[in-house]
Amino acid sequence: MSSVPASAFLALALILFCIGLYGALTKKNTVIVLISIELMLNAVNINLVTFSKYGITPSITGQIFALFAISVAAAEAAVGLAILIALYRNKKTVDIDEMDTMKH
Amino acid sequence: MTFSGEFLAFMGLALVAIIGGVLLLNLSKVIHMVVALIFTFIAIAGIYVLLSAEFVAVVQILIYSGAITIIMLFGIMLTKHNDDSEPKTGRLRKLLLFLGVVGFAFAVYIGIYNFNIEQVPTKLHENNTLQIGQALYSKYIIPFELTSVLLLVALVGSIILAKNDKKKEADEE
Repeated sequence: MSSVPASAFLALALILFCIGLYGALTKKNTVIVLISIELMLNAVNINLVTFSKYGITPSITGQIFALFAISVAAAEAAVGLAILIALYRNKKTVDIDEMDTMKH
Repeated sequence: MTFSGEFLAFMGLALVAIIGGVLLLNLSKVIHMVVALIFTFIAIAGIYVLLSAEFVAVVQILIYSGAITIIMLFGIMLTKHNDDSEPKTGRLRKLLLFLGVVGFAFAVYIGIYNFNIEQVPTKLHENNTLQIGQALYSKYIIPFELTSVLLLVALVGSIILAKNDKKKEADEE
């Protein structure tokens, strides 16, 4: 029926998730960390949409779940950025290693 | 596996998506990183079209490569972004993280590399938006309304968080 196997889509989602994970753990700029998290969420959405087509019982539910995930991710990005701006106003830095006041 | 048009389209889109992600990791300027990620988001929208999810693809382009990227660019421009280099992170820590991520990828890949269940013919590509609308407004009406409440809360919350407290400062003086 389709020439691309489902595992290819899953592998692509896995690669993107790992890129996002590595970026979120190593980057120093907080904005880049946030956008890496968005990339991870996007990879998960690929999985949802893949299983909505190639699952045992294909249905529209996977796509709807992906839409909900997208809207929640958008809200998360807005709130995360607002927190970042508030932090920047107080500490004058976006370096994620220097935001450690709760550590000491 | 035959080299059909669908396969070639998948390979091209996957290549663009992964190149965008690798550029995100390797470019030095933060603005360039975000612009590289736009390619990834648009390629993922193409992947959605291959998976017969046209509406999700359009939403992906609108929300991700439109709204979220612009929001992130605003965030970069409103803050200091002169860190061209990022050396301070220990090399050992980066190596360990890389090994950990590769190990995670390998573990998951073992689980999915021969995932192949029988493909059932679907009707997802016929009137995709109509199907989504019907399901959203009949079966998933309560999560839908809750999402709108969540978006409102996020809007109000982010405005309150990011707003300058000039009034309070004026009161204190």
